[in-house]
Amino acid sequence: MKDDIILTMRGICKSFPGVRALNNVDFTLRRGKIHALMGENGAGKSTLIKVLTGVYSMDGGEIRIEGHDSPIIIRSPQEAQNYGISTVYQEISLCPNLTVAENLYIGRDTSSTVDWKTREKKAGELLEGLGIPARPRQQLGSISLAVQQMVAIARAVDTDCKVLILDEPTSSLDDNEVEMLFRLMRDLKTRGVGIVFVTHFLEQVYEVSDQITVLRNGELVGEYEVDKLPQVELVSKMIGKTLDELSTIKNKKAPSGEAEVLYEAEELSSTESKKFDFHIDKGEVNGFTGLLGSGRSESVRAIFGADQVTGGIIRIHGKKVQITKPIDAMKNGIGYLPEDRKRDGIIADLSVRDNIILALQVLRGMGHPISRQNADAFADEYIKALNIKTASRETPVGSLSGGNQQKVILARWLLTHPEYLILDEPTRGIDVGTKAEIQRLVLKLAEEGVSVTFISSEIEEMLRTCSRLIVMRDRNIVGELTGADLTQERVMSTIVGRGDDHE
Amino acid sequence: MTSKTKVLNFVQKYTMIIALVLVTAFFAWRTNGKILMPQNITNIISQNAYVFVLATGMLMCILTGGNIDLSVGSVVCFVGTVGAVMMDRDLNMWLAVLLMLVVGLLIGAWQAFWIAYVKVPPFITTLAGMLIFRGLSNVVLQGKTMAVTNEKFVQIFGGGANCYVPDFFGGENINILCLVVGILACIIYLVITTRNQITRRKANLESGSLAATVIKAVIIVAVVIFFTLRLAQYKGLPMALIWVVAVIMIYSYITSKTTVGRYLYAVGGNETATKLSGIDTRKIYFFAYTNMGLLAGLAGILTIARLTSAQPTYGQNYEMDAIGSCFIGGASAYGGVGTVPGVIIGALLMGVINIGMSIMGVDANYQKVVKGLVLLAAVIFDVVSKKKNS
Repeated sequence: MKDDIILTMRGICKSFPGVRALNNVDFTLRRGKIHALMGENGAGKSTLIKVLTGVYSMDGGEIRIEGHDSPIIIRSPQEAQNYGISTVYQEISLCPNLTVAENLYIGRDTSSTVDWKTREKKAGELLEGLGIPARPRQQLGSISLAVQQMVAIARAVDTDCKVLILDEPTSSLDDNEVEMLFRLMRDLKTRGVGIVFVTHFLEQVYEVSDQITVLRNGELVGEYEVDKLPQVELVSKMIGKTLDELSTIKNKKAPSGEAEVLYEAEELSSTESKKFDFHIDKGEVNGFTGLLGSGRSESVRAIFGADQVTGGIIRIHGKKVQITKPIDAMKNGIGYLPEDRKRDGIIADLSVRDNIILALQVLRGMGHPISRQNADAFADEYIKALNIKTASRETPVGSLSGGNQQKVILARWLLTHPEYLILDEPTRGIDVGTKAEIQRLVLKLAEEGVSVTFISSEIEEMLRTCSRLIVMRDRNIVGELTGADLTQERVMSTIVGRGDDHE
Repeated sequence: MTSKTKVLNFVQKYTMIIALVLVTAFFAWRTNGKILMPQNITNIISQNAYVFVLATGMLMCILTGGNIDLSVGSVVCFVGTVGAVMMDRDLNMWLAVLLMLVVGLLIGAWQAFWIAYVKVPPFITTLAGMLIFRGLSNVVLQGKTMAVTNEKFVQIFGGGANCYVPDFFGGENINILCLVVGILACIIYLVITTRNQITRRKANLESGSLAATVIKAVIIVAVVIFFTLRLAQYKGLPMALIWVVAVIMIYSYITSKTTVGRYLYAVGGNETATKLSGIDTRKIYFFAYTNMGLLAGLAGILTIARLTSAQPTYGQNYEMDAIGSCFIGGASAYGGVGTVPGVIIGALLMGVINIGMSIMGVDANYQKVVKGLVLLAAVIFDVVSKKKNS
């Protein structure tokens, strides 16, 4: 059995400023096996992959690969490839403007001129051998994403790879395309390639994988054989329980049915989300839950008009309104803290003050600038109120820690005095103390009559703060839990689709 | 592929050729065929030689990701200045030519270094180069004109009254050498295409449809024969044409058959992917911009030969002609797409529009307006067709 191991990673550690991304993680890959790497956002999957492919250097630990007696050090993707470790990324990393044949061989040239005929012939044989429906002379950009993905895999395989890493290869494919990809993966298995399969689709893991390694918060939860790990257990291992000082926080309010409905959407849909109905009462805290990719973020983005809205009727205070773009939502008293703080939230080079007043300034319009004096006053008020740790209001927000950046964005929205605040993963990647502060703030806002929709990958956190949970799977709402049903077990069974079989 | 998409593909692939034919026909009609007269055909080549050369170099820069080189006009002027000064001091003509090319190459390498290794944006680097070399030309010439009196130089690089390849066959009213060259070119082209088709079919590789290949061959042969016939009726092969054809052939080969040429496309298509494929993308940028300097040097030589002097104002807006030709010729503003033949057709289209409007007597300012609109239309076409495809 031991001879079958082609890759071992032991005690891998990696830290970024303020975050421990990987803590003592082990990972083992065997010949001819598909090994799924699972975990929620921020669990450390992509960091582990990047360590393995030489994008990041590790702080500690060792990597061994078959054929080398001593531990290896991987400094670049190129070196990783030389060790036989190839990666196919989620976004196609090929050149869409070149032909399939050219993409297969570029960068591996042996002479300074290109022999097109030989190249196309070899490419044709390779594609045929793997059963990939592409012709060598086709322009890559003109074929479907799935086949492009397969071309990328063919390229990786052709470089004599022992370890093939597929980083969320299926996220933009439809069912047939996924099936095609799986056929190729199984074929590669029989050729003795070890495949690391990173994905967040549970069914797909159970369909093709042999083993599963679960990570959570940068730590190893364990390695399991697929047939010995029921889905519900996998989900619970991914989501986990974090018992800490947060346990004192609890939303005691149950939806009474008497409160006024603040926001109501019928058959709302956007380019990214399917049709759904949704409502929230004044002063209610509810949440969307589901695994990553289940459509929870896309739903709230539709509510805020962050993606292009394609249909639906929206009522606020019972009055019909149009919300198709963020400014509409803002004018109707909705605020939105986006999931990806760095990309969609902060403007890193602007000061804390300018980041805080941004939304208010937009609401007021270009013709009514906020005076410097007022801006300073606003900034100071919220730096104090939210306990934002910053050298001054002039400090560029990019130099603050993650938790404090998040508070700055919260301040931005609180300054507009919203009636309805949407918080998508407000506590991701920030320390426990700040997490507790944010959760308390959410409950305080609710008491003051602000409605809040809260999304988090940590289910415990949502159970504490929300009085109603909307459960999503595969872009559909599959359940709604309130009161006594708000337990971790119920949420998980609803996520995996066994909501009704509790005794 | 349905027949409708086939037609669409065809139109998309040959848009610029179709446009060129239509525009030429339009001017032939409006100028009562004057534009097709032997002398005007010759002029299209000689007047635009620098555009062909610069556009070829510019294509390599644009391929890397829509990056342009604004300095080429000034570099042309500076190289010309250096050459004029050297020949004024009676330096050997060939040594002067070599030194001019070296100066162009060094200027290219200087800018390429900042762009490739220090990551100064090409726009800024070459804007600086545009100012620097324009200024230096003025300093060297002290604002005056310097005549180029070396007749041999002028003749070989396509200037003066007698800048044609001598007719060995001594034709009387018609230049026989020119015709012979035209026919030979056609034969060579036909042989290569046929052989290519045969080997591809033998090796069971994909080859374009036979009908399309035949039609393409017929059109090319017809155009070449017509073109050389017209040249032959005037004074024969302009020397400038020899240089232009050499550049086109060398760079067509580089961009389609060499690895470095294909890497230009790869970088423009997806730089990260190219890096991950183990290619040092900095070297590719360095190559593109150094090469641009070299070709700007050649364009400088052609310019002072044609104008038989060097002046501090030479080469102004040459960069715009080159950039315009590339985009009109189907190069993508985002990089990764474009071919040397395409760019040459773009340059020809500009040249035909220029000369056509001049013959018609259109005001020079309106000519600029028209050229601007054509450029805009070409890029809109590129952007819109990209959007549709994605």
